Amino acid sequence: MTDEALKTTPLNAAHRALGARMVGFGGYDMPVQYEGVLAEHRWTREHAGLFDVSHMGQCKITGEDAIAQFERFVPGDYAILKAGKQKYSLLLNAEGGIIDDLMAGKPDHDGLYVVVNAGNKDEDFAFWEANLEGDAQLTVLDRALIAIQGPEAAEVMAAHEPVLADFGFMDCARLMLFGVDCFVSRSGYTGEDGYEISVPADQAERIWNEILKDARVKPIGLGARDSLRLEAGLPLHGHDIDPTTSPVEGALTFALSKSRKERADFNGADRILKELADGPSRVRVGLSVKEGAPAREGAEIADMDGAIIGKVTSGGPSPTLGRNIAMGYVPPAFAELGTDLKVIVRGKPAAAEVIAMPFVAQRYYRKPKA
Amino acid sequence: MRFTKDHEWVKVDGDIATVGISKHAADALGDVVFVETPDAGKTVNQGDSFAVVESVKAASDVYAPVSGEVVEGNAALASAPETVNADPEGEGWFAKIRITDASQVEALMDRAAYDQYLTTV
Repeated sequence: MTDEALKTTPLNAAHRALGARMVGFGGYDMPVQYEGVLAEHRWTREHAGLFDVSHMGQCKITGEDAIAQFERFVPGDYAILKAGKQKYSLLLNAEGGIIDDLMAGKPDHDGLYVVVNAGNKDEDFAFWEANLEGDAQLTVLDRALIAIQGPEAAEVMAAHEPVLADFGFMDCARLMLFGVDCFVSRSGYTGEDGYEISVPADQAERIWNEILKDARVKPIGLGARDSLRLEAGLPLHGHDIDPTTSPVEGALTFALSKSRKERADFNGADRILKELADGPSRVRVGLSVKEGAPAREGAEIADMDGAIIGKVTSGGPSPTLGRNIAMGYVPPAFAELGTDLKVIVRGKPAAAEVIAMPFVAQRYYRKPKA
Repeated sequence: MRFTKDHEWVKVDGDIATVGISKHAADALGDVVFVETPDAGKTVNQGDSFAVVESVKAASDVYAPVSGEVVEGNAALASAPETVNADPEGEGWFAKIRITDASQVEALMDRAAYDQYLTTV
């Protein structure tokens, strides 16, 4: 893909002014790093990192039938989701495969606000256009999306907008921030506390620069975003999960609401419920790679007899842990924590062990119960 | 010091060529987190992938800028891969190769030609 073919976010000029190295990702010209992936990764774990995630898809699904129609293709219970809450879910095909993973919430009293992956958004929107029935209506939002993540994110944002301190993890709202109409949620893709803020495109650069004035905040590129989410055990669609993997295989059963499993009324429910009962043929696990080079996407996983049993779907160095980690798929018989395996990197087998994810503890902010 | 179009460098002392990756290449890679250098005794041909350098994001092959026999790989890089970023054209060398054809070195770019080449890539 040539540069000319890449789309830009409303923050493109801001990235270039900051000296970012730009790469094509999900069809967009995006910052992969500013000062360096390792420094940015560590800064986010210790302070607050600011991310442009405007390449992601944002939409509203509205109308009387919005929730019922949306639920046909996801396994989460959005009917009982309270206003001001959002929930992670999976857009499923008829075979129970994951078309995309997404966040959907009720920031206002007008249907659902949904955020999907950049690389899948055109397909997702086309899917809903084709499949939503009744009066459920898709409206694609042409807005910027800014994430602030890290242990100091809450204090930074409270200095701008005190109301944000009252949010708990996965709370969301539509409100005026920085003088403009925003969707905000306390969530993210790093395992840290923080927020994702959807802002009008023409206000993005002003708000970005305003947040960056705080010395606790640095801009963070997609390179560190990837290493942070890997440490947090969060799958990347198109790599760790895809339209052939089910939520059970993907170790995402937490996204299957109890009521929805009982009703078995979502796309692919047959396969998914069968896998829940009988076990899947493969499952996503975390691996500690104990010697040699990082095991990356595509590296084969072998048992101790050398038989190939699966593949790494993403992996690399963990800056926080100072060793190599990976996630990949193995048959359930090899998925138990502590199982010794081999990963094959450039033809060389290296010792690996199945370990728990997240690799680095998540530090989401849970509000004390009132 | 001579350079290849793949951003390796060679510095010759007698019949021993010390080889590594250029500062331009190290900067482009970003933080180096793993380096695999060849073992002594290995025979390499010019253009062969003879080492691997990995950043946080990806693994990249390093190609032998000259043919010959590896007499030493830089073992220090195993525990300190960041040396490649800190001093790519010095302490961050990858291997020493006993060269078999000195004309291969002469055919490579000198610093001025390499700097000129960098303006075109």
